[in-house]
Amino acid sequence: MTQLALVIDLNVCVGCHACVTSCKEWNTQGAAGPLSDLNPYGADPSGTFFNRVQTFEVGEFPNTQTVHFPKSCLHCEDPPCVPVCPTGASYKRAGDGIVLVDYDKCIGCKYCAWACPYGARELDEKQKVMKKCTLCVDRIHDASLPERDRKPACVLACPTSARLFGDIHDPASEVATAIREHGGYALMPEWGTHPANHYLPRRKTEFKVREEDLQRYDNPLKVDGLLPKPATGEPALDDVTSW
Amino acid sequence: MHPAWSVVLLTTLLGAGQGLFLALYGADLYDAARGRASLAPLFVAAAVLGSLALAGAGLAASFFHLGRPERAWRSAAMWRTSWLSREVIALPLFMALAAGYGLAHWLGMLQGALVVGAAAALAALALYVCTGMIYACIKFLQEWASPLTVVNFLLLGCASGLSAAAALSAWLDPEFARAYAIAALAATLAAAATRGTALVRNARLRPRSTPQTAIGIKHPRIEQKAQGAMGGSFNTHEFFHGASRARLETMKWGFVAAGFLLPAMLLAAALGSALPAFAAAAFPVQLAGLLAERWYFFAEAQHPQNLYYQSTS
Ligand code: SF4
Ligand code: SF4
Repeated sequence: MTQLALVIDLNVCVGCHACVTSCKEWNTQGAAGPLSDLNPYGADPSGTFFNRVQTFEVGEFPNTQTVHFPKSCLHCEDPPCVPVCPTGASYKRAGDGIVLVDYDKCIGCKYCAWACPYGARELDEKQKVMKKCTLCVDRIHDASLPERDRKPACVLACPTSARLFGDIHDPASEVATAIREHGGYALMPEWGTHPANHYLPRRKTEFKVREEDLQRYDNPLKVDGLLPKPATGEPALDDVTSW
Repeated sequence: MHPAWSVVLLTTLLGAGQGLFLALYGADLYDAARGRASLAPLFVAAAVLGSLALAGAGLAASFFHLGRPERAWRSAAMWRTSWLSREVIALPLFMALAAGYGLAHWLGMLQGALVVGAAAALAALALYVCTGMIYACIKFLQEWASPLTVVNFLLLGCASGLSAAAALSAWLDPEFARAYAIAALAATLAAAATRGTALVRNARLRPRSTPQTAIGIKHPRIEQKAQGAMGGSFNTHEFFHGASRARLETMKWGFVAAGFLLPAMLLAAALGSALPAFAAAAFPVQLAGLLAERWYFFAEAQHPQNLYYQSTS
């Protein structure tokens, strides 16, 4: 069975919000749109978004890390938001595992939003129906687009490639490999929702220089160290052989 | 959670309506078991109409909770999985059966009324379970995820329904007034015990979700710096009550006093003095108290999504 999902690399995300704006741009005019804004230029603006980038500070100064944390619907494999919906407007597609809302059936009772531990669903205050990330369902399967464009808008927009997209149930896929090999984890595992989206942890990039990288480990002619080393001020090979 | 007045009114009024019907039917059954038919027809009519009015008012309030009330008919579809859907079925079923019972009684078909009434009573009990389970089945709302939620919905509804029956019978059927006042007092005390237990339980809860599990980083100190919006969002409006600590405390002690203590005292006074005014006062006081109780029930629940909305900047 296919389970499409995003894998978000927190080690790479720089918090630029490009995914937020391109998501809003695509989805406000696409099948899911409009994503209404209330009072956008007023004192108390609010609006409907599928995806938000939040920022957390981890640690105590001076040992702090700034973690940018993009958050959208995680397309849970056991989504608590689906069975509670009284109308059947919320459903999980068997074919690709995407959790969707049928905007023509939704009565805006908000029960599904209560039943999502992640706060991934937002009620559209103008249309009065529940909205959430669709994984750009209207473009990832669109055969009229070139293959490389059949990805969610956020993934295409990310300048650092912090967002990967694919089938996490296919062990050979880029996302499954990333989860497996880079310690991908799920949010709030305590509630058994089995989120399909995974996050890759922050990691320190340490540059290890070993002795044998500087001194030839395998030195059969014993030439290293025999010739005098040029002083640092002397011209190097690059300086003399400039043609 | 943000307590929505539509839902507060729905659950409280509906519960009282079911309770009033159960109180009436209980007396009718007892009467029939004694081989008598001594309930005053006017009292039966008033109790049935009162029960329907309370349930109807609750139903009307529920529409204000919906973004798209014109599509409300769709909400019966998913009764296999959704307690909300089950409630949507049980509520009109209860109202129809209760109306049928009242009609049969009014027409003097007492045997038939007993049968329809039994079905209505079952529907009323099922409705309590549905309403309670809507909240109790969300396992990460730890304040709600307990059998106590269902028990409280049942007992609080029965207590207020019995108080209403005590008030009505004090005027319309004095023969039953004393029995109703005793039953209302007992139900109020029982509800106070189970609601009190829930208060103590919730005060001792430790949230299972933490900032650490929310973003998956193991560090004792995680502080939010931005939530992706400066002006608030659905997430900040729907899941935070926004009330001060003092207001919460006022509501809590207010509902303990008006929902349980005062009505218990009024009912006891009614028993002692046989003055109908005391019994009549107990119901409105208790209803106001239970509205505060329901407000607090919502405000008290801490949604784990709030971990993602701790600060704006
Ligand atoms: S993240 Fe929330 S809305 Fe999305 S599938 Fe999971 S429970 Fe449902
Ligand atoms: S708000 Fe819409 S999608 Fe959510 S539970 Fe209600 S009807 Fe279903």
